[in-house]
Amino acid sequence: MSEINAQALKKPSATGEAALRTKGKASELLREIWRFRLSYLFIAPFMVCFVLFILIPVASAFLLSFMTYNSLEPPRFVGWANFRYMISEDLLFLKYALPNTFKFAIIAGPCGYIAAFLLAWLITILPATLRKWFALAMYSPSLMGGIAMTIVWLPMLSGDRIGYLNSFLLEWGFISDPVLWVTSKEHLMSSMIVVTLWSSMGIGFLAMMAGILNVNPELYEAGRLDGIKSRLEEIWYITIPSMKPQMLFGAVMAIVGTFKAGSIGTELSGMNPTPQYSGHLIMNQIDDYGFIRFELGYASALSVFLLLLMYLSNKFCWGLFGSKGDE
Amino acid sequence: MAMPLLRKPFRFKRQSRLHRMSRFEKAVVVLLVLFSAFMLLPLVYIFNHALKPYEELFIYPPTIWARSPSLQNFVELFNITSDSVIPVTRYIFNSLTVAVLSVITVTGVSALCAYPLSKHKFPGYKLVFATIMLTLLFAPETVTIPRYLVVSNLGIMNTYWGHILPMVAVPVGVFLMKQFIDQIPNELLESARLDGAREFTVFLRIVVPVILPAVATIGIISFQTAWGNVETSNLFMQDEQMKTFPFFISSLTSNMANNVARQGAAAAAALFMFIPNLIIFLVFQSKVIATMAHSGIK
Repeated sequence: MSEINAQALKKPSATGEAALRTKGKASELLREIWRFRLSYLFIAPFMVCFVLFILIPVASAFLLSFMTYNSLEPPRFVGWANFRYMISEDLLFLKYALPNTFKFAIIAGPCGYIAAFLLAWLITILPATLRKWFALAMYSPSLMGGIAMTIVWLPMLSGDRIGYLNSFLLEWGFISDPVLWVTSKEHLMSSMIVVTLWSSMGIGFLAMMAGILNVNPELYEAGRLDGIKSRLEEIWYITIPSMKPQMLFGAVMAIVGTFKAGSIGTELSGMNPTPQYSGHLIMNQIDDYGFIRFELGYASALSVFLLLLMYLSNKFCWGLFGSKGDE
Repeated sequence: MAMPLLRKPFRFKRQSRLHRMSRFEKAVVVLLVLFSAFMLLPLVYIFNHALKPYEELFIYPPTIWARSPSLQNFVELFNITSDSVIPVTRYIFNSLTVAVLSVITVTGVSALCAYPLSKHKFPGYKLVFATIMLTLLFAPETVTIPRYLVVSNLGIMNTYWGHILPMVAVPVGVFLMKQFIDQIPNELLESARLDGAREFTVFLRIVVPVILPAVATIGIISFQTAWGNVETSNLFMQDEQMKTFPFFISSLTSNMANNVARQGAAAAAALFMFIPNLIIFLVFQSKVIATMAHSGIK
């Protein structure tokens, strides 16, 4: 598969070069081809893995979403049946996975993003020595990453009175009984959102911080001459417009990060599925159908739906921050 | 007020402005300290949790600071597997191998790919870059099923390849490196070529040294990903011997939400996961910030 791909990439280069340079010297032509062949050789290792583990899976997810496939019998084409089932009959999806994902993404995504920007901005106000340490403090939850992240919160959110949060609230009289923060359907979603927000100062946050630091200081000077009074105006009229590319990068990272979340609910509550599906996200639904029920066709239809959600949200942010070629 | 140099007035002005706005600055510091406390508090807890001896885990009201810190939890972590076939050291060895190998391959492969994309303008480079940008918006995690089929058809299940290869193609990595290489003036590369340097020499001697900050950043990111990765162990490894440390932790913690019994060992494990990430990030922090300045998507 990969070799075919490399071949396909090589061919147009040779013919295109040949067409362009028929009048050029033969030696130069050879050198040009040699140079480009090397370029393809350079990108080959990445492209092979890229095609194998990203392009082919995405493409076959699209194909499989129109089929039924249980990994034993050969796949059978069923048209839009999977999607029809998804939007009309799959109650788990319609009642839990979809609303939960929206709730989770709409709160955790934008809030985390805005918080990341504001914190980045506050940090850049400080002198460089302090800046470094605050940046580390904000980024350190991301260093926890993955499975360790939920472990960190387990002693905090334990449902008995030994849990830090419960014992604190009990002591101060806010609650009279321990609250089941991660194992009850009322509180699991909130816990998931808080933990996600906690760890959302990731690579997007660093990008925005670097972006703010890189804004040309002369712009601020010019802005002040033009009558910008407050720091808020300064952010709105100077900082954000001059770091749009970094804002967009941060937004893309935030969107992808929130939509692909799935394991956090099961890891926090320690149950799969989560208590009364309160933390059931689309990713859980995909795993459920893909690896428990082995309805791979339908699971792929769900992934395609999730990919489209990501794509549309990203398009939306592109509209907000994308440059219109005026830079 | 226009000054000829760009860097110096920048610093000078920032500091002078801070002098004027020192009250504002103080308020910012207070605010940030509060936020940092929220961010760091769970880490402080887990650190102490890991050092608490067994009895202290059950004390009510729970204490924050470990009264008589001990390494008991770490000992327990290593002893949990003492009667099973696979010792915990095997998981750690797997994790380390996978992490180190993927850092090397991801950075190498991404840099190799980013260089022609940025400087060669070979036929089709726009298409390739556009595809990479498009997949930046997708998370490969969402298409686990076809990925599983690819891996099983390649026959790399239960091998280290199965851990590493699916993680090699990191669109963000190529993207960041390409943005960084864009900053290198073409004249520099051209003059090296005129001196008779071959393309690979140009890449190794000129491009790589200049983009070292980006290499460090991608290295950190891929280390963190590989070091904390449960997915490949879950999906592609049926052989218990080939699974990684994070997988071992996740098997420790399942059904642990309201169970304090193994929390000490889990905390120790979390700390064990955290420390390498922290050290590597501390060492390369300034490089990361320098790379992120070029992260913008235009």
